[in-house]
Amino acid sequence: MEGIIGRKLGMTQLFGADGTVTPVTVIAAGPCPVVQVREGGEGRPARVQLGFETAKKARAGKARAGHAAKAGIEAAPRVLREFAWADAGVELPKPGALITVATFAEGQQVKVTGTSKGRGFQGVVHRYHFGGGPASHGNTRFRKPGSVGPGTDPSRVIKGKRMPGHMGAARVTQIRLTVAKVDAERNLLFVRGAVPGPMRGIVTVRKEGA
Amino acid sequence: MDRLAKFAREGMREDLPDFRPGDTVKVMVRVREGEKERLQAFEGVCVAKKGGGISETFTVRKVSAGVGVERIFPVHSPSVGSVEIVRHGKVRRAKLYYLRRLTGKAGRIKEHREG
Repeated sequence: MEGIIGRKLGMTQLFGADGTVTPVTVIAAGPCPVVQVREGGEGRPARVQLGFETAKKARAGKARAGHAAKAGIEAAPRVLREFAWADAGVELPKPGALITVATFAEGQQVKVTGTSKGRGFQGVVHRYHFGGGPASHGNTRFRKPGSVGPGTDPSRVIKGKRMPGHMGAARVTQIRLTVAKVDAERNLLFVRGAVPGPMRGIVTVRKEGA
Repeated sequence: MDRLAKFAREGMREDLPDFRPGDTVKVMVRVREGEKERLQAFEGVCVAKKGGGISETFTVRKVSAGVGVERIFPVHSPSVGSVEIVRHGKVRRAKLYYLRRLTGKAGRIKEHREG
């Protein structure tokens, strides 16, 4: 399998036998039932849809419940995510099959996608690491962006100019992370380093290169 | 958080004695020299304990050849062989950083006796 859905539990550290410390993010991932499999075509990889956790009955809705029932899953999943099946040579899983953290191995490279923490409306210093101005000597441009472009010609601000605005709460993918430990018994994935999003946020973990 | 705290406790060790800042401790450190592994003692005053859970650390200060040396140990690291309390100290703060600017007699800590 190419990936799995999980919930970020938070960060801790692991000790090696020689006392080296590895900072890790713990992700409670899977077991994820395969909800739907879509065959690939020319130049299109096959796509596998996975479910994660179970939705309350009142929240599931008939559409989602029916969609899950088609795959033979009794309780409708709360989260659905689709993964591209990059390896055409490997046989596709059947709907209803369970994907667990056992598909990952220690030392493997993965990428983790999540929704970053929302920061609200932020100025240019926090949002884009602008330098700001000096704090004293009569200065008034403390955290302002300064000039945003030339004057009469072209008489407009170029598109994409970095300005204050909403920061965070966006889809972020952290690439080339290493799996530090896999706990198949408790469905836990230990990934070295930080992962986007708040504690208890939904993340997807994919194999690097997928 | 609760779920994380539960299994993060697993790697924690409970074999170390309950020592506090001000106590004089002898830390046996695992040292690797090529293939061989041996224990090296580091004895001094515990001047601070920081952090909590599995990432808790403590700082030990000693004066070696007239030079102050401080070493920070992770409490739950396997490189800490054992900790022995040599003397309980009587101190009134949690962080004893003031010892850094004291030398000789002033840098001593009174012994704390129970009762």
